[in-house]
Amino acid sequence: MSVVVRQDPQLLGVNPPLIQGGKDFRDVTNDISSITEAKVFETPMKYWIALACTGSVLALLGAMLAYLVANGVGVWGNNRPVGWAWDITNFVFWIGIGHAGTLISAILFLFRQKWRTSINRSAEAMTLFAVMCAGIFPLFHTGRPWRAAYWLFPIPNTDLNMWQNFRSPLIWDVFAVSTYLTISALFWFTGLVPDLATLRDRATGKVKQVVLGFFALGWRGSAKHWRNYEAGYMILAGLSTPLVLSVHSVVSFDFATSVIPGWHTTIFPPYFVAGAVFSGFAMVMTLLIICRYLLNLDNYITIKHLENMNKIILVTGSIVGYAYCTEFFIAWYSGNPYERFTFFNRAFGPYWWAYWMMMTCNVISPQFYWSKTLRRSIPFMFVMSIVVNIGMWFERFVIIATSLHRDFLPSSWGYFRPTWVDISTFIGTFGLFLTMFLLFARFLPMIAMSEVKGVLAHEKHAFAAPGTNQESHEEAPKHA
Amino acid sequence: MAAIFSKSSDLILKVVGAVVGLGAVSGIAAFAYLSYPTVIDIGYQPEQPVAYSHKLHAGELGMNCFYCHSTVYRGAFAAIPGTETCMGCHSQVRPASPRLEKVRNSYETGEPIHWLKIHDLPDYVFFNHRAHIGAGVSCVTCHGRVDQMVEVRQEKPLNMAWCVDCHRNPAPNIRPAALVTQLDWVPEGDPAEIGRKIIEEKKLNPPTNCSGCHR
Repeated sequence: MSVVVRQDPQLLGVNPPLIQGGKDFRDVTNDISSITEAKVFETPMKYWIALACTGSVLALLGAMLAYLVANGVGVWGNNRPVGWAWDITNFVFWIGIGHAGTLISAILFLFRQKWRTSINRSAEAMTLFAVMCAGIFPLFHTGRPWRAAYWLFPIPNTDLNMWQNFRSPLIWDVFAVSTYLTISALFWFTGLVPDLATLRDRATGKVKQVVLGFFALGWRGSAKHWRNYEAGYMILAGLSTPLVLSVHSVVSFDFATSVIPGWHTTIFPPYFVAGAVFSGFAMVMTLLIICRYLLNLDNYITIKHLENMNKIILVTGSIVGYAYCTEFFIAWYSGNPYERFTFFNRAFGPYWWAYWMMMTCNVISPQFYWSKTLRRSIPFMFVMSIVVNIGMWFERFVIIATSLHRDFLPSSWGYFRPTWVDISTFIGTFGLFLTMFLLFARFLPMIAMSEVKGVLAHEKHAFAAPGTNQESHEEAPKHA
Repeated sequence: MAAIFSKSSDLILKVVGAVVGLGAVSGIAAFAYLSYPTVIDIGYQPEQPVAYSHKLHAGELGMNCFYCHSTVYRGAFAAIPGTETCMGCHSQVRPASPRLEKVRNSYETGEPIHWLKIHDLPDYVFFNHRAHIGAGVSCVTCHGRVDQMVEVRQEKPLNMAWCVDCHRNPAPNIRPAALVTQLDWVPEGDPAEIGRKIIEEKKLNPPTNCSGCHR
């Protein structure tokens, strides 16, 4: 067993290896595979307790959706003048969460950010689960989700004799989000194939072999396979990259193309994308800190990974803060009395508490990350990651509710209050999200083994002491 | 290590995939079709609490629809007549008929008869009877030949496509307003031509935008 030897301790301090603990290829395979291979009774009790908790919250979601279908969408609190409320707030919130996964897997890949390898798999999985949660809201807002296929997609049918309004951003949204889900799922699955083959080859039972073998698609790790795989991965990364920008831009069009004061602004697309990446990274952070602790992944998800993510949170958080300021400036500078009123009303109207909640969580809190100590403090970043997501939820709520509750006609002003169904449904989506994530973390390799090995190999070549003859090469597992 | 899958696996996979895929698609299509209002709603004919025959009253006796459903030309909602309306005649006509037992009870106690609603639109649709009657859309267009039904049944799908079809091309279903309750009216000549003239006269413009019906 060879340990990577670095010659220059100074260099080591500046640019520490991405994977700590002197892991070699076999260690990586063993460490990550063993999580998925543990027997049921070997899985720590805390895992089952966690799963039971999230599972019951998921059951709450099921109950709430059934209640909605049985009684109609009136069980949600949205009504004139706030026709869109928690449903679309939650939709935008969850879609935004997903963006970190795509950014990590696609953009950081194209920019050759090697530190992405430890976190991309779980971030991509998170993306999928977040998009599922997001999809629930528009789907059930139709009240009759089994008819939603031809309400949302242009499928010929004799029930409506009508097409969707293609000038409406709502149908652009349907295409944006479904494309996003498809590409993300493909990307995630493609990355999984070599790892599934590793698991297949290590599997002992026949059932496991067949199931894993089925999903490994006959992967043998030949040079030809790798060549195709890498080309395919690159293409998917190329397809996903514009999606990072386009999906949330289109989501922002839902608002920006309307004429409601506070919505009708050109700043929305970039501002929404920055906010999405901001909240997504915060969610990745929350999940990874928990997994790192529960599954002993400290050597794979190192402080450097976390610090890098905090830097992205700082950058995107600052962009979001800048966007808030710009919105306010333009509201004043435009001279438009409705726009001015809306922004004044946001900060000092009946929803002032939501506005200042958003400002505190999104603008002030990420600024702490200028401090390197705080950026590397795990308890601090854990709390901060939750604070950021609270702030980002409030951002969407503020944009949606405050613009709608007081628009042009004072006679139609109102105040939105969520019903218990609104609240329980939103909480329920966390049940879905966390249950899916727990199942994923337990039954699939949550760190991309083959990619991490790529990083290890790269570091070996770069830093191995001259004359050590690279003896570790023969230890490369058959699929790496 | 022995191979997990045999060589025929690829073929089996393709066949199973095709079968499952086609099964899923046809299952969804069947579900979608069988849950269409045209399929599940037409023919709805519940048994009413009182064996009231529209065929007798509106058909053979020739009573005007407006006599009982007296709000349709002035209100959005088609009123179901109160027991008093029934008793207006039946205190004189067959006052002791056993079939009218429930009607008499209702009259004495003030407890209304619980008629079942047959033509029931979803809550998010606003249908205005007055607008349609005023425009010259006959009862028969949506309710069928009620004057020939002993028990009323739903004859039209009442789904959105069906509404929208008429809103896009109303002329064949427009007649002189005085004739809307004449369910057996046969137009002389092309009904669309007659309709077109009335539409021009009354400047009718049925909405096809969402908020026309979904307010």
